[in-house]
Amino acid sequence: MFEAIAFYLFAFLTIAMFFITVTTSQALYALTALAAGMIFISAFFFILGAEFLGAVQIVVYSGAVMALYAFGMMFFDTTREVKEKHGNKYIVVGLSTIAALLVVVIFAAPIVSENITALYPMVEGAGNTQEVGMVLFTKYLIPFEVAAVMLLVAMIAGIVLAGKKMDLSLTLYHTAEIDEMTKGQDKKVLS
Amino acid sequence: MMEIGLNHYLVLSTILFSIGLVGVMRRKNLLLLFFATEILLNSVNIAFAAISHFYGDLTGQMFAFFVIAIAASEVAVGLGLLIVWHKRHGNIDLDTLSTMKG
Repeated sequence: MFEAIAFYLFAFLTIAMFFITVTTSQALYALTALAAGMIFISAFFFILGAEFLGAVQIVVYSGAVMALYAFGMMFFDTTREVKEKHGNKYIVVGLSTIAALLVVVIFAAPIVSENITALYPMVEGAGNTQEVGMVLFTKYLIPFEVAAVMLLVAMIAGIVLAGKKMDLSLTLYHTAEIDEMTKGQDKKVLS
Repeated sequence: MMEIGLNHYLVLSTILFSIGLVGVMRRKNLLLLFFATEILLNSVNIAFAAISHFYGDLTGQMFAFFVIAIAASEVAVGLGLLIVWHKRHGNIDLDTLSTMKG
């Protein structure tokens, strides 16, 4: 009963927030609606008994990713209205419906065959976090380490791309002036 | 109706995925295009967690974790590239992003 009420409430809220995200013409509204939708999605994880995943969703998405977007938006001119493509609406809606149905088929195909057995069944008497730890550090140890290396690569790439020349406001110069400014210095500063 | 099963979560995931796809197809601003891709990744995460719950298997949650890690690093690199592009060209519209005319 309460599960049904929670499910429908959060489903409505999530769909409404993401609908605002894709339809609004203000970038700030899109950012705040997306952050709210991320938090509402973590409610589904808590309903489904995946507490660790829900906590990670809140910490990573609404903590790290949204903060990163918020800081990134300081570089862009977000106060003006966003221009949008005005293509054929029926083609867009039709294509997205077909693609979404394909996703359902992909997820439902193993279920139809009715011979699913759990590879890593839930352990009795252990919390969700403990189960996740046991599976993550035995079977999925190598993907875990590779994901860590990939995060390191992403961090270095972010620093190299965005961190140079922060003291100069390069948006106020023309490209020729920037080229002249950096002629004597390291050539790779701006690239 | 009152019993929430796996199909409810899959339908919700489908609805969210189609919303994200509409966003990907109609947005021209690259920052808002990134927002739409976040919606796509999150909708798939819901489906993974639901299947993991209803079949008593933890593999779905593992994949959801790796999806979250990949999304975080994608945002870091993508925003760095967007900042560099915006410094050089002054806008982040998708239509002006082509430098090779052909």
